[in-house]
Amino acid sequence: MTDTTLEITNVAYRWPGRAGFSLTVPHLSIAKGESVLLLGESGSGKSTFLSLICGTILPDRGRVDVAGTDITTLSGGQRDKLRAEQIGVIFQQFNLLPFGSVMDNILLPLRFAPARRERTGDATAAASQLCAALGLPTGVTRAKSTALSVGQQQRVAVARALIGQPPLIIADEPTSALDANSQAAFLDLLFAQTTTHNTSLLMVSHDPRLGERFDRVIRMEDIAQIERAAA
Amino acid sequence: MILRLAIASLFARALTVGMTILAIALSVALFLGVEKVRTGAKASFADTISGTDLIVGARAGSVQLLLYSVFRIGNATNNVTWESYQDIAARPDVEWIVPISLGDSHRQFRVMGTTQAFFEHYKYRQGRSLAVSDGAIMDDLFDTVISADVAATLGYKIDDPIIVAHGLASFTEHKDQPFRVSGILKKTGTPVDRTVIISMEAIEAIHVDWQTGAQVPGQATPADVIRGMELTPKAITAALVGVESPLQTFALQRAINQYAEEPLLAILPGVALQELWGIVGIAETALLAVSAMVVVTALIGMMATIFSSLNERRREMAIFRAMGARPFTILSMLVLEAMVMAAIGAVFGLVLLYIGLFIGQPILDSAFGLWLPIDTPSIREVWVIVGVICAGAIVSLVPALRAYRMSVADGMMVKT
Repeated sequence: MTDTTLEITNVAYRWPGRAGFSLTVPHLSIAKGESVLLLGESGSGKSTFLSLICGTILPDRGRVDVAGTDITTLSGGQRDKLRAEQIGVIFQQFNLLPFGSVMDNILLPLRFAPARRERTGDATAAASQLCAALGLPTGVTRAKSTALSVGQQQRVAVARALIGQPPLIIADEPTSALDANSQAAFLDLLFAQTTTHNTSLLMVSHDPRLGERFDRVIRMEDIAQIERAAA
Repeated sequence: MILRLAIASLFARALTVGMTILAIALSVALFLGVEKVRTGAKASFADTISGTDLIVGARAGSVQLLLYSVFRIGNATNNVTWESYQDIAARPDVEWIVPISLGDSHRQFRVMGTTQAFFEHYKYRQGRSLAVSDGAIMDDLFDTVISADVAATLGYKIDDPIIVAHGLASFTEHKDQPFRVSGILKKTGTPVDRTVIISMEAIEAIHVDWQTGAQVPGQATPADVIRGMELTPKAITAALVGVESPLQTFALQRAINQYAEEPLLAILPGVALQELWGIVGIAETALLAVSAMVVVTALIGMMATIFSSLNERRREMAIFRAMGARPFTILSMLVLEAMVMAAIGAVFGLVLLYIGLFIGQPILDSAFGLWLPIDTPSIREVWVIVGVICAGAIVSLVPALRAYRMSVADGMMVKT
């Protein structure tokens, strides 16, 4: 294990079908346990950047090292497996499968990550503990995920990202669907967990006010260049 | 867990999924039902006559002989002389022989002259005998036994008078010699149900005053004079023959076919029935093909349902992808889902079939003489269900491949 959870070197990505429209990221690294807020307006290439880290798209050149593995050398299936093992993902909203119970949703990534499941040990107990730590009511794991409030759903999504302690959490505007009070409470809980487990956190937001709680704040335009050819 | 989630996902879309399953179930029930009716009809058809080893008639085609002697369809081109009949009856390998004389009718029903032996030896549906539901087998010269359909259609009761018409669809009637209904047969599901049975002698009796197909003008022999007359038939239409030992069947058949005095034909009823079924069977194959198309239609309906669900499920697929599911997992889940729907539909269809059978069996038997046995599902039916599930999987590959491409393109991000 290196001290760097995520390292991006000289990455360039050209959107298919759109000539001259490309994203380049010269360098970015996130240390183990570090929390980083990535600020960027919509259309700044944030989604593409996250997809590159998660390995659902491949850069045209450069390296993306996740937990010491260069994912650009891996096959599609291997990248999917690596994502399942090493990265916890939290979306903006609608994180949960509506037809599954809370427990189903939390355990879902373990289904695709045997090593992470191994690490977790008693998965249902771990899920219950996480729910308790995140301030969710006891017995919530049996509830249908649609029965929960948006704030509760986001906390379940955190539990799902944290289960089995992956080294990196990627959060894509997880608080944008929450009101200010809930936002603060949500971040308190999230940070409590990432600190406890020494997990790296890369959170994307357009809201600079969140910055003071992070180790480091970076702006999309500082780390990446987007080229737009005249149409 | 994936299977459980797939099923939970199906439950979440209960209405559309339920409709799809219902469509599959109905189509499978229809298909299996047609199959049941087909095999049942074939068996009923083959059961029309049993226990008879040979049917003898004037030389013609074997199917033609079967048609007029058993099914009362068409006419004999020639008769068998009484002498030939007696020659055959006298052979040592003949255990029993029943003469049949056709040619007259009553309303739309054929009149058949025969002997008491007919009721003893004519068997249907694996050896069942004819039985009267009311009255008794005829024992007077002018007695008649009518069958269930005749009694039901024409509203006859015991002791009602019947006037037999000369020929078929004829206006000349044997008015001088009315018959009395002495017995009504139980329904058999065979052509016997559409027959008026009188004795061989009665056939002679009503033709006493007739020559070359017309009544001799002014001549009307009174009934009591006829009773005193010698009423030996001059000819018969056909004869049912039972042999002493099944081994002698072919030898007897050959002997009759080579009978020197008169050109005769002896047929094995089973063989002729199969030949006839070969002709009739085309229709049932067509019916089966149509019901197979209905199953295909239901499966295509399922494909359409899956297609239309894809867009609203992009979010769901993105979550799976973000959790580390490969695009192939998404594809497998959709195929699995289709297979679950097809399996539930097919099994539900089988259940519908059995419910239908339990309700329909007595109705079909009494109305059409079609007996559909209620058995455990046959190997063939199990294969139909397996086939439907496999076809469901194959059909679902089309939307599943689209979902695969969508999940590769979307990754874990959904722009909705």
